[in-house]
Amino acid sequence: MQSFLARHIRIALPALCLAVLLAAVFVMQPRAMSYVGLNLLLNLALPIAFATVAQMFVIAVGELDLGIGAYVGFVACVGATWLNTDPAVGVLMLAGGVLVYAAVGALIFWRGLPSIVVTLGMSFVWLGLAILVLPTPGGKAPDWLQAAMKVKTPLLPMTIFASVALALVVHWGLMRSSYGAVLRGAGGNPRSIERAGWSLIKIHVVMFGLAGLFGLLAGLSLVGLTTSGDANIALRYTLLSIAGVILGGGEFTGGRVSPVGAVIGAMTLTLAASFLSFLRLDPDWQIGAQGVILILVLALRVLINRTEARAA
Amino acid sequence: MQKPAPPLVQLEGVAKRFGAVRALEGVNLSVPAGSCVGLVGHNGAGKSTLMNVLAGTLRPDEGRVAVSGHDLSGSWGVAAAAGQGIRCVFQELSLCPNLSVAENARIMHPALRGLGWRKRAAALIAERLDAIFPRHGIDPDAIVGDLSIARRQMVEIARAFSVSDRPARLVILDEPTSSLDAVLAAQLLAYVRRFVAEGGAVALISHLLGEILSTADRVVVMRDGGVVADRPAGEFTRKNLIEAMGSVAHEDAGDARANRARTGEPVVSAAPEGQTDDRRLTLHRGEIVGLAGLGGHGQTAMLRRIFDGAGGRVRDVTVRGKTGFVAGDRQADGVFPLWSIGKNLTVASLRALRGGGLIQPAAERIMAEDWRQKIGIRTPDVKNPILSLSGGNQQKVLFARALGSDADIILMDDPMRGVDIGTKQEVYGMLRAEADRGRSFLWYTTEMDELRHCDHVYVFREGRIAAELSRAELSEEKVLQSSFDAAA
Repeated sequence: MQSFLARHIRIALPALCLAVLLAAVFVMQPRAMSYVGLNLLLNLALPIAFATVAQMFVIAVGELDLGIGAYVGFVACVGATWLNTDPAVGVLMLAGGVLVYAAVGALIFWRGLPSIVVTLGMSFVWLGLAILVLPTPGGKAPDWLQAAMKVKTPLLPMTIFASVALALVVHWGLMRSSYGAVLRGAGGNPRSIERAGWSLIKIHVVMFGLAGLFGLLAGLSLVGLTTSGDANIALRYTLLSIAGVILGGGEFTGGRVSPVGAVIGAMTLTLAASFLSFLRLDPDWQIGAQGVILILVLALRVLINRTEARAA
Repeated sequence: MQKPAPPLVQLEGVAKRFGAVRALEGVNLSVPAGSCVGLVGHNGAGKSTLMNVLAGTLRPDEGRVAVSGHDLSGSWGVAAAAGQGIRCVFQELSLCPNLSVAENARIMHPALRGLGWRKRAAALIAERLDAIFPRHGIDPDAIVGDLSIARRQMVEIARAFSVSDRPARLVILDEPTSSLDAVLAAQLLAYVRRFVAEGGAVALISHLLGEILSTADRVVVMRDGGVVADRPAGEFTRKNLIEAMGSVAHEDAGDARANRARTGEPVVSAAPEGQTDDRRLTLHRGEIVGLAGLGGHGQTAMLRRIFDGAGGRVRDVTVRGKTGFVAGDRQADGVFPLWSIGKNLTVASLRALRGGGLIQPAAERIMAEDWRQKIGIRTPDVKNPILSLSGGNQQKVLFARALGSDADIILMDDPMRGVDIGTKQEVYGMLRAEADRGRSFLWYTTEMDELRHCDHVYVFREGRIAAELSRAELSEEKVLQSSFDAAA
């Protein structure tokens, strides 16, 4: 009984954190409790959610992607230049980016390379490419992309509906589908997956390819919101996405991830930044305070896990 | 009609080398349909390697593999073996701990896909679990990592016998009962006989000769990478089987030491967390105390509690002295998989191997080499990685780690899993000698024979001490009775 309870608290923990944070924001700034307020609070959450889901695919197979931030920046730069002026070339460049991601996944598995080193190296490649595409901040996102990010949905802002849809689609694909079980299994016990006759290299290609695809969506949604690009626009996404996955109940090893949790984690991190602004905290301290929030949540999770282990 | 049907699987002249080690040399083995072949031999005799060849996870360097008379040597591999309905339950548990029981079943069966695959996977595994282990109590939606080691093993066994579009014609069981208690083991062996009676084939590896003799139709004895005997099981007795394996046959059931009085201050005194009466577990200096009962009934938790208690972190547990731990779940609590044998062995004694604040490599090497000879670890060099050893030899390293340290109290969590008889006898002797020298041992074991080496036995049931037996009172009947019956 106790373990049943603990298990459900563990699953619900990310959502609880988000709710607590949201409540705190509403208490301090009741005007945030409106369509416009929510939109302002959360509109940057969608790109972060996409990036977090991208990171989650990589973490699910026990690897880490330190290049996702630079890659999102690269996509944003292409989105603000080629995709607007010469859509065919732009689409080809973006598709090429996804293929490179898949190839990097294959390379990491095939040669047994440490993903941290390879993706860190790739982050410089992406940053360099982004600067080549767009040497100074500027450019213009295609009108259709800007329009898509400005869609007004009834009741709640579009970001919320899009995040829910993202969470559900990825949840279905990774957690409910039959091949999803194999993909996650590769993070849990690769040998067992291999002995059952599945190709581990294919699994790595699929997972890194998916990371590239969702990183692409992150970059496009970001440039749709900001309307112009900058090579450095998303560098902090790398660490935010890792924090989001972990905050959402994922673990670095063992293929334990949660898509719904990852999306919630991304939203929590976005809200935490707003929350600290509402506190009128000196910006110099905000990053540190964000770190403290992260540590508190993780400490809570360890506590719950321990209760669970004791009850079992 | 004139020719007899070819055997289901036939290996001819199979050889396999790992670097300089010849794991298999010219092995012939045939497994006919509708029979159970038992495979016995010492640790490192090549049993597991042979089974890996049979399961397709290792390709032989030489030799022929034929299935139902068709030579498949050229294309032999995991896919070919799986396609022919050959399944394997490996000695090291090989489920994905992050997936549910049903999802693990899906990994094995590519046909479980499309709408409703979860339900079908859950039904498939639950049906097989019910058939093999009635009243198993395992939820198909449970995450495997949350299950006890015995239940994980049950799931893996049930998965190996489950049938979708892939048939199960030959199931290889490598030490399948090592984590199961007597009741579950008996259920499994009974199921093996039923499976064989319905035309399936089973290759059974076990160190428990009783299991082999009662279950197998034919027994194959391996030694040093080759087959030294291959005869019907009826021609073997326990005694000549041990002789064929090449170990000295002394089947003493513990030495006949007099009952020692339990006097003086105990070095360990503790009660299980959920104990309702005032029964306590006590351990005196120089004693070997056994923790018995069915698997997973709180014995491991008790050992951990005492281990934590040595750090003064647990209320109601007193421990006088340093503690050492010998893990039974090697992968989880035992070996450092990336370290060498030597480093794995000396890690508990680094303080004693220091000089000027640094570890002295020479002292480390001497200690590792010393224990390699003392306990007979089968390796040419202690610098080899720990995973180059067979399971039983890895376990020896863990023993050496604890015995070589300065711990006064050694906690052992079913440490003889997958250890062969010869080694067991050596270790029993070593434990007794160490106990006489003043060390104390707490020993959780699922094997009755091992309890006979203990001075005092506590039987656990549902996380509590259900009975306390002195050496004179100890009998298999009493242990079983207390394991099951609340009134005992």
